[in-house]
Amino acid sequence: MDIMAKKYKFLEPRLSWLAFPFALIFVVYFVAPLILTIIVSFWDYTEYSIIPDFILDNYLYIFEGCFSLENGLCLTFKTYLSTLFFCLFTWAVTLILGFSVAYFLAFYVKSTPLQVALFLICTIPFWTSNVIRMVSWIPLLGRNGLVNDFMISLGVIEQPIEWLLYSSFSVILALVHLYTLFMIVPIFNSMLRIDEEIIEAAYDAGASQLQIIKNIVIPLCKPGIIIGSIFVVTVVMGDFLTIGIMGGQQLASVGKIINTEMNYLQLPGAAANSVILLVITILVVFIMTKVIDIRKEL
Amino acid sequence: MYNKKSSNLSRRRMLKLSAGTAAAATSILYAPNVIASDPITLRYLGTAVSMGDEVQKKLFEDTGLKVQFIAVTTDEVTKRVLTQPNSFDLVDTEYFSLPKLVPSGNILGMDTTRIKEWGNVTSIFTRGITPKGKKVGLQGTAPSKVMYLDGATGKSFANDVTQYATLIPTIYNADTLGIRPDLIGRPINSWAELLNPEFKGKAATLNIPSIGIMDAAMVVEAMGEYTYPDKGNMTKAEIDLTMKIFTEAKKSGQFRAFWTDFNESVNLMASGEVVIQSMWSPAITAVKSQGKQCVYQPLKEGYRAWAAGFALPKTTKGKTADAVYDFINWYMSGWVGAYLNRQGYYSAVLPTAKEYMSPDEWGFWMEGKAAKGDILSPTGDKLASAGELRDGGSYEDRMGGVACWNATMDENKYMVRKWNEMVAS
Repeated sequence: MDIMAKKYKFLEPRLSWLAFPFALIFVVYFVAPLILTIIVSFWDYTEYSIIPDFILDNYLYIFEGCFSLENGLCLTFKTYLSTLFFCLFTWAVTLILGFSVAYFLAFYVKSTPLQVALFLICTIPFWTSNVIRMVSWIPLLGRNGLVNDFMISLGVIEQPIEWLLYSSFSVILALVHLYTLFMIVPIFNSMLRIDEEIIEAAYDAGASQLQIIKNIVIPLCKPGIIIGSIFVVTVVMGDFLTIGIMGGQQLASVGKIINTEMNYLQLPGAAANSVILLVITILVVFIMTKVIDIRKEL
Repeated sequence: MYNKKSSNLSRRRMLKLSAGTAAAATSILYAPNVIASDPITLRYLGTAVSMGDEVQKKLFEDTGLKVQFIAVTTDEVTKRVLTQPNSFDLVDTEYFSLPKLVPSGNILGMDTTRIKEWGNVTSIFTRGITPKGKKVGLQGTAPSKVMYLDGATGKSFANDVTQYATLIPTIYNADTLGIRPDLIGRPINSWAELLNPEFKGKAATLNIPSIGIMDAAMVVEAMGEYTYPDKGNMTKAEIDLTMKIFTEAKKSGQFRAFWTDFNESVNLMASGEVVIQSMWSPAITAVKSQGKQCVYQPLKEGYRAWAAGFALPKTTKGKTADAVYDFINWYMSGWVGAYLNRQGYYSAVLPTAKEYMSPDEWGFWMEGKAAKGDILSPTGDKLASAGELRDGGSYEDRMGGVACWNATMDENKYMVRKWNEMVAS
């Protein structure tokens, strides 16, 4: 509060009640359920009931067999590795794409109406429902899909490529397709705040395009990059629909395991898994914010 | 049973004659105490896969009752019954959920004396045999094993016949593998074909552990790897063995995909991504309606069956409970039965359904006879032309060929974990 108050001098204590409505929503719909989840993760359960208790079994069960390597990696480690892999890969691709698109929008498109129009085009992936979007990948990437047919007719390949669909490739493709926008918005926002005169000055001083990007644009866009990264990382960590459908349900994700446990009413088990997922996600975000102090940059 | 049936018939005919139409007849039979008072809307929790708008319309015409469907997945139905038993007036759930639902005390025993057609409920439910006396496979949570409760508010199953049924059966079917005969080009007659390397990358199964494990067990047994004492209640070692075989197949690329949603299975099959997979009956119809060949292939090892029925939550009382019984009696009076049979499911009360079907429809769906004219779905889509036979044949052949039922195992938690490991492998 002190730091905030110092920085934002307009924030007078007598106006702090303005934050109350949001704080209330936050407490009721976020803090309370989270606390409940943590409590339930220590409860016992049967097929048809959950029993108040304090046991560590749910956590022990998750890590059962994880600390001996004789049977290979345990389910939990394997699943987290796979989820982290999707997370990192998607993050890297959305970052490069998002940065490029935002850069183009901010510095090459001069008219504001055109900027808005192009920006809206970026939101097209969100114009249809998740399910329809997923289903439409089949005619495109499937064995007899457009891409395979096209490449066969060109003579590039003789047999349809199987890994276009229901593979890590298709999962990452769909994730990138969906979440690049989450990267574009905050980076674009940061870029708009960059004083053009700084860039002009750098140009006049003989800096190359690359030097300008590396030494001026990227450092000044750091908050946008970090906010976008937090969005993408947190969303992908908890995703199970995209990984499930695009991976042909053959790839593991933490979200899917929690989903299955919930369906089988193993609620304390699901709660324990959620807590672990939350801890790991917070850890990843924490490391990111260590790299850049967002509050300082804002 | 046959006497009862014929007396019913004649009584019905009399009513039909006097009232003129079947609709009028049913409204005389089942309108009683409801129309007079305020119209009641029943909150109907279920998967509602089989329920279209026509059912609601017909129900209102006949009885003045209204239903509001709360359509969710099978697992979600169970979850709701256990966690929010006051959020619905009537539940349509599967028999294999009962080992979870009954001990909770959240559903009441159904008073069979209030069910007009109880005596006509197919013997598959009450005695585990087909109407012609053929023994049905009872592995898994077979309805006949969990049919009765030890009291109106009983929390355990009764071994003998009691006045109180756990569920009033509504709909059931025998499931098997679906195939694309045009893309396979040879006869398929065993569950083992699902893991045949010939279909590498072109097979699929479902990612719903409780059902997927049963299909997996059918495959393992058909391959001659192991014979289960009870596929529906495996030991840990049996679960390990089953999952090991499927994990190896998955690693070698046998499966194109797993599916969780009915529509996914339709897409996989219709697009030709998959040529053989675990499938549900209406999905076959959906693929066919896209003009693709698709067969619900009878297999020599038999079918995996499932069944659903109605129950009252403990919170439904008084007038609402009466209305629920009225609704169930209407449901079993034939019109809905015919409606279900025409979708390829089976109605629990066959004699009443028969009255609402043409002899050609009855012959095609129930007796395994060749269609004489076009066979239409309840919504008017053509499902078969003259001369065609139903996949799997007659009711006796299909239900008599049931090898096991959907199940809840004692080792359910372990099974779900092992299934997740297979998916992650």
